[in-house]
Amino acid sequence: MTTLADTPAAPRRWKKPPFIADARLRYAIYAGALIYLVVAIGSVDVNWQRALAGLERGAEFVRAFLAPDFTTRWTDIRQGLLESLTMTVISTVFGIILSIPIALGAARNIAPWPIYYVCRSIIAVSRAFQEVVIAIVFVAMFGFGPFAGAMTLAFATIGFLGKLLAEDIEDIDRGQVEAIRATGASWSQQMNYAIQPQVAPRFIGLCLYRLDINFRESAVIGIVGAGGIGATLNTALSRYDYDSAAAILLCIIAVVFIAEYSSGFIRRRFL
Amino acid sequence: MLEIDSLTMRYPTGDLALDSVSLSVERGQVIALIGPSGAGKSTLIRCVNRLVEPTAGSIRLNGQDIVAMGRNDLRRTRRKMGMIFQEYALVERLSVMENVLSGQLGNVGFWRSYLRRYPQPAVDEAFRLLGRVGLDHMVDKRADALSGGQRQRVGIARALIQNPEILLVDEPTASLDPKTSRQIMRLIIELCRERGLGAIINIHDVPLAMMFVERIVGLRAGVIVYDGPPKGLTDDRLTEIYGEEDWSGTRGDGDDEDGDAPAHQKVAAAVDIPELKKVAQR
Repeated sequence: MTTLADTPAAPRRWKKPPFIADARLRYAIYAGALIYLVVAIGSVDVNWQRALAGLERGAEFVRAFLAPDFTTRWTDIRQGLLESLTMTVISTVFGIILSIPIALGAARNIAPWPIYYVCRSIIAVSRAFQEVVIAIVFVAMFGFGPFAGAMTLAFATIGFLGKLLAEDIEDIDRGQVEAIRATGASWSQQMNYAIQPQVAPRFIGLCLYRLDINFRESAVIGIVGAGGIGATLNTALSRYDYDSAAAILLCIIAVVFIAEYSSGFIRRRFL
Repeated sequence: MLEIDSLTMRYPTGDLALDSVSLSVERGQVIALIGPSGAGKSTLIRCVNRLVEPTAGSIRLNGQDIVAMGRNDLRRTRRKMGMIFQEYALVERLSVMENVLSGQLGNVGFWRSYLRRYPQPAVDEAFRLLGRVGLDHMVDKRADALSGGQRQRVGIARALIQNPEILLVDEPTASLDPKTSRQIMRLIIELCRERGLGAIINIHDVPLAMMFVERIVGLRAGVIVYDGPPKGLTDDRLTEIYGEEDWSGTRGDGDDEDGDAPAHQKVAAAVDIPELKKVAQR
């Protein structure tokens, strides 16, 4: 014979509360999103005839890839690659050197307000414009060629490394900084002993990553006249010289692969 | 030697951490600062070397007011005050030796410290101290490879290489097991005696404090409510500092240094609950 206390209570149901509590609002938002998607797709004007013709050209391009021509324009390709590599290295080195003080200034936990705002604005300006846009401006300012390209990449590097390094500095363990400060260390000694060891491994990784971004970007900004392998590629494409273009692309891919593997290797050594 | 006079600290959020605290530490005197979390113990010792800026009051080390000091004087004065931290606060990616030598940063220029070319006497002293705390075989190990007790020994060596006049110690044992806690406390006390060092030690563990220290200061909500020898710390006093609680077994026998008898007694006291006995007798 069971008493009342032994009888299991009716099972209480539980469901995860929905993100938007009001059911009507929830379904209205879903429906709105769906309608927008349908209308948006409908508004894209596809010229199927042109796409078919393009398919033909694409096939030609793929065929060229199977038989890339390194020899005919080898001197151009070599010069473009060297120019790109020079641009990449110079811009990365200068970008790193300039980004460190800016990152220190842009880290809220170590910089006073006025410096913080100045450095944050520099980073914001650098990040607001895509490399191609900056390249167009710099080409207009300094003329065609790798100098404008190197300037572009250095400028973009400051924004990239400055922001990420500043965020790393903001995330450090304050206790270690306090301990070093408590010994009577100067500001520069605090940077060297308490901040640098905490952010160095990741910063080295970021610098290597930026190095290979800069190489890839150098191919893009070359198209707007900033020198390097991009300029060579642009010339080849505008001459419908697809087998040379294919050779150039393969060269770019090879360099990016080498950069990728060597940066992975270096990073492992530092962690 | 250290005179704290009506020290007040109000955080920007409006919380009053210290309310007109006055305290003086004689040369060579070791004080344990006890009190509940949030009582202002940490704030108090952080005000002394101005890791935290006090709102009002004065702190004098050998007659010089630390609160009024400019940046350079403050740096010079910080050299005379060694600090030991709860979570050790070692620079994790630096070696043991670099961590110890960082205690000398106030005495060497930037390039010397950057190139790690410390004066030979400082290096000799570092080796001697590492020997004293029993870590001379781990000189080039990275700090993050050490155990908790070993890290705190490095922290102690870093504080002592400053050749300080006073030690500021913030919860030195809070992250350590009971045995290591005792060893570290004993080491700190021994070193203070060897060198005639004064110290303020923040500590949660009341029995441990009573075991090692001759003067205890109780802080509650930013006000000093007890200042005297461990013997005077009665149940009423503990209640005044921490609030109402059953204190039996807290005041372990101070003369019993190595055994774990107090813990034993604690268990005995915990089991000895009248209600339970009554139930058992039925």
